Amino acid sequence: MLASLFGRLNWDSIILVKEFEDPDLQLLITSGAAAAIPLGGIFLVLLLWYLKWWKPLLGWLTSVDHKKIGVMYIIFSVVMLFRGVVEAVLMRTNQAVALNGGFLSSDHFNQLFTTHGTNMIFFVAMPFLIGLINVAVPLQIGARDVAFPKLNSISLGLTGAGGFLITISLLIGQFSTGGWTNYPSYTGKLVNPGPGVDYWITAIGLSGIGSTLTGVNFAVTIYKMRTKGMKFMRMPLFTWTALATSILLIFAMPPLTAACVMLGLDRYLDFHFFTNDQGGNLMNFINLFWMFGHPEVYILILPAFGVMSELSSTFAAKRLYGYTSIVAATMCIAVLAFFVWLHHFFTMGQSTTVNAAFGIATLLISIPTGVKIFDWLATLWGGRIRLNTTPVIYLCGFLVLFVLGGFSGIILANPTLDYQVHNSLFLVAHFHNVIIPGTLFGILAGIHYWFPKMFGFRLMESYGKVTAWLWSIGFVITFMPLYPLGLMGMTRRTVDYTDPAYVPLMLVSGAGSLLLGLAFLFLIITFWRSIVNRKQLVTPIGDPWDGRTLEWWTPCPVPEYNFAVLPEVDSRDAFHTAKERGDAYAPIEKYEDIKIPSNTYFGLIIGILGCGLGFGLVWYMWWMAAGSFLAALATIIVYAFLPEREQVIPAEEVRRVDENWRREARETYGVTRDDEITEANKGLARPDVVPG
Amino acid sequence: MMSNPTPESLHPGLNLGEEHGEDHLEAETSVFGFWVFVMSDLVTFGMFFAIFAASSAPMWMAGGPGPKDFVDIGSIAWQTGFLLASSLTSGMAVLSLKERHAGEGASRGRLIFWLLLTAVLGFGFLYREIADFVSMAQMGAGPTRSGYLTAFWSLVGLHGAHVTAGLLWCLTIVVGVLVRGVDKRWKLALLRWAVFWHFLDVIWIGLFTFVFLGGLI
Amino acid sequence: MLDSYLQLAVAETFLQPTGPIARAQLDHLNYVVILTCIAIVPALVALPLILFRYRRKKAGDRYRPNWDSNLGLEVAMWGLPIVVIFLMAISLWSITQRLDPYEELGKDPLEIKVIGLDWKWVFLYPEEKVAFVDELIVPVGRPVELEMTSDTVMQSLRISALVGQIYAMPAMTTKLNFIASDAGEARGMNTQFTGRGMWRQKFLVHSVPTDEYQQRIAEARQSPITLNEQTYAILAQQGTAEEAKTPLGITVLEGPLETQGTATVVAERDVPVGQGIAMRLPEPKIFQRVLARYKTGVPMTPETQPGSPSYDPAKASLPPLTAVRMEM
Ligand code: HEM
Ligand SMILES: [Cu+2]
Ligand SMILES: [Cu+2]
Repeated sequence: MLASLFGRLNWDSIILVKEFEDPDLQLLITSGAAAAIPLGGIFLVLLLWYLKWWKPLLGWLTSVDHKKIGVMYIIFSVVMLFRGVVEAVLMRTNQAVALNGGFLSSDHFNQLFTTHGTNMIFFVAMPFLIGLINVAVPLQIGARDVAFPKLNSISLGLTGAGGFLITISLLIGQFSTGGWTNYPSYTGKLVNPGPGVDYWITAIGLSGIGSTLTGVNFAVTIYKMRTKGMKFMRMPLFTWTALATSILLIFAMPPLTAACVMLGLDRYLDFHFFTNDQGGNLMNFINLFWMFGHPEVYILILPAFGVMSELSSTFAAKRLYGYTSIVAATMCIAVLAFFVWLHHFFTMGQSTTVNAAFGIATLLISIPTGVKIFDWLATLWGGRIRLNTTPVIYLCGFLVLFVLGGFSGIILANPTLDYQVHNSLFLVAHFHNVIIPGTLFGILAGIHYWFPKMFGFRLMESYGKVTAWLWSIGFVITFMPLYPLGLMGMTRRTVDYTDPAYVPLMLVSGAGSLLLGLAFLFLIITFWRSIVNRKQLVTPIGDPWDGRTLEWWTPCPVPEYNFAVLPEVDSRDAFHTAKERGDAYAPIEKYEDIKIPSNTYFGLIIGILGCGLGFGLVWYMWWMAAGSFLAALATIIVYAFLPEREQVIPAEEVRRVDENWRREARETYGVTRDDEITEANKGLARPDVVPG
Repeated sequence: MMSNPTPESLHPGLNLGEEHGEDHLEAETSVFGFWVFVMSDLVTFGMFFAIFAASSAPMWMAGGPGPKDFVDIGSIAWQTGFLLASSLTSGMAVLSLKERHAGEGASRGRLIFWLLLTAVLGFGFLYREIADFVSMAQMGAGPTRSGYLTAFWSLVGLHGAHVTAGLLWCLTIVVGVLVRGVDKRWKLALLRWAVFWHFLDVIWIGLFTFVFLGGLI
Repeated sequence: MLDSYLQLAVAETFLQPTGPIARAQLDHLNYVVILTCIAIVPALVALPLILFRYRRKKAGDRYRPNWDSNLGLEVAMWGLPIVVIFLMAISLWSITQRLDPYEELGKDPLEIKVIGLDWKWVFLYPEEKVAFVDELIVPVGRPVELEMTSDTVMQSLRISALVGQIYAMPAMTTKLNFIASDAGEARGMNTQFTGRGMWRQKFLVHSVPTDEYQQRIAEARQSPITLNEQTYAILAQQGTAEEAKTPLGITVLEGPLETQGTATVVAERDVPVGQGIAMRLPEPKIFQRVLARYKTGVPMTPETQPGSPSYDPAKASLPPLTAVRMEM
């Protein structure tokens, strides 16, 4: 009876119980720090309940407003980033002292790099970017919301369910040890029968479906919801990259979902997709995984490129150089991304002709990438660059460090050299070198940039700059030593090593990772201090950076309906043009009622049922898995019958809010860029008197 | 208001509610969105196809049965017939929307008739498919026998699961139309479902050619 | 003391090549680095200059807010990477073909079969009728061909100073050809993560002159330990070669690493991986039978699959070659 109720879950699966019965300092260190997340989560829920804040909380969780959904994605990612950084620092400090044995056991270390990698890619980088896209894209194209607001909330729910599963694995059972790539047959049932791999499959599978739906949603949004005059070649660059990323999500997530399902079938029903015996073939998994995996790296980097494009032109106060080139390069990259996946396993024994062809295809990608770098430099050229701002520090860090990451990528693209550095720390250095200065800097800069749009006030520049410098310097100290270590032969995913030659560089790297931990701390401090000082940092008029694109043409924080009257666009930097003309805040004659969709529990319910489905599968609690699945199906059907609820905001109300805002903008004096980072910046930009 | 006007020409004769540009835009967006999703789904099928293709040589059969041992071409012909016919009837269902005021009386009855006929044909398809699977399992050609059979069952089964979902969707629409009438919402659902159903037909043609006929040659 | 740091104990990298392949790889690395620098150094130099010249405080009359295209510049921006990548693609193509790991490097290569296990390597010399665990002995100057498989999860065999790496996969074979031009020692290892003990899965490659090679083989033929189905099943248990010694009946002596029963003695100041095991190999078909294990049409069980936590050497037998029901 109990067995069928609890499946293979028993008391000993619960880490705290195990810890109580058999105290183990190691387990406490490794799981303890990270277990703060689930425990903190439970505590938070209780606290909110106690404070009677659950109503506003529910209001958020059931919201279909793209901005709120975006913010929820971002908060989720910050929490997961905490875990990722803690794990990373643990690994690095362990390796720093791991000559002939560090303080972590092999099993713990193996779980750490697996959760770190999985978590960072699927539950930090992706939701961060999807969050930014949610916040910015509808505003940039002058839309009221995304094409399918309810679907958007479902995507969030599924991502949350994935995050729940990887997080709960800290408390109940354990996660996979197979790396973020989770190759069989190591992850097959014979070699790894425990729940870890099943956590990986369910977490990735659920969030993967969510990401596919996000891709569909934003592709359609950008395709169909652009405001009048917003031709393709007038779209802001971030929107372009969001479109490219959406297309990549649509076509690249299915291979991953398929791989998850197949691995699951092998494990649950004794199928033979990837088994050693009976005509299974593990190479098929590796192919499927990287057919997803390579486009994935462009899913991660392209929106960051988009942010950098916006920043370079905004903070150099100049038009973007080579708009057409950059758009062409972005699309080139998106297409080429599907034809290089094999470079992740040059060493699998295929013919040299195949290897060489994929090697050259990989080299080709570096052409449009290089062009983009030059374009950003040319954008800065002839500008008036505001060096004292946080985004510019990220931008410069990105430009220098990303180039170096691309450099090592070119080395790896040579199959001959990959035979040597594959699976080594050289590779680890390479992908962190593109992911941290690229994706992460793009994300952090993007958050800093659009923060006023989300919350109505700026982040403090003083802390922001320290944070940006810490990430940059910490990155260099942590990861540059890994290049020589990799060339010296040190492999990745090794808990300990035996060669004293590695020690000095490992110590440097370990020290660097402490700086990165500090950088994360400063990120939180930046948020905290800014929230405390938010009264001085408000930017109600909505244009704190002298922006050029439509999102800045709204008050901060942005009303639910985004634009009182959808703007018409007649040029690329439409808002900038309007400001130059001097009629950006001119009064508007006619307002209309605005219909916006009401909140819905749909996404929240699907998310919770997703948790149930995943958890039931992991622990063989079949009633729970089947029940959740059927309930999800029923929910979908029931919602098909429930009336579509809308909220109408009367024209008068819209007029009142909008006229106030416009009047205030006309009557306020505004600041020049010299006072941009002072309290005087209320979000109204005053043009410089440029000499000459 | 939006950059893609010409609402009149989008769904000629479909009478999406009142003659309102906004409704047409919504229909356009919703059906286009579903198309995009179907493209994504197509990639999923593509992956299962690829794995199947990579596992079709005798060496992946692990000494177990191959297609010649279990493909019952007669049954496959029946399944093909059912599915193609159902595609036709689903088309008729959509066409029955063309008439004015499809919400009322005779034409609503016609819509439901075609939908139910489609469902019956779909069930016929599923029945034969499941019967084939059962007989395969009985003769020792279950999915756990070999890599080849794993790929076969998964690919054909994936299509079968889609058909099941499509049937459920079809019946939901029938109920919806009965309960709420042929309003904009259910018309949109019908349009998307029709895309889905035709898509499954196309996939089946691929299966028929490469998996069944290809296996027998 | 300090010199033991940063100085690798054993040649473990292609930066210190001991064979022509690794040497060619090193040359190619240098070429790629120089070529790439042509494209990236301008960018790295330009950035600080631009930041300085166009900083807000000073930009003044140099400010050109509407400048956003220039045909000449555009051509240069696309042209430079295209030229660099074109040159690199040519050399990539030719060197990839030239350094084909499947290509034999001369007549009559020494054929060695390799089986990857958790967490050790078994090297079979079918012609010489000997086998070594975690020790590879090759004669200097003679081409070597490794044919590899794995009898657990996927592994990757890398010998950096000689050639690099190729995966070894269960039920499949892959090849790695190389030649040692200098006598000496090089480190070999598994680089693919395979679980708890993976980081210890390392071995030494001894490149020795032909007469010494003959002598070592002759010594190994005298080994009291035979590689047969029973001893193989023991080796297939999870653990390093060191940990397999006791169950194989080898007494591991304290102090300097020296084992009874093996003919080879390695006096290396830093050989944490211990010392290989030399074995006689009366039945040279073990490699084929390991491959056959997965092709009988009978599914593997947790007891018979090496690498599984429930693997039981008493129950895991290697099938005869006649049991194969599928061919690769
Ligand atoms: C905050 C600074 C970070 C540090 C100190 C760090 C450190 C590490 C370490 C020590 C490893 C294990 C290397 C090994 O296998 O030997 C690792 C692996 C990895 N990291 Fe990070 N990391 C950081 C940020 C990130 C970010 C932002 C991402 C992605 C968005 C990321 C993605 C990965 C991935 C995918 C792996 C591979 C995991 C595997 O082997 O399966 N890391 N990182
Ligand atoms: Cu890639
Ligand atoms: Cu293979």
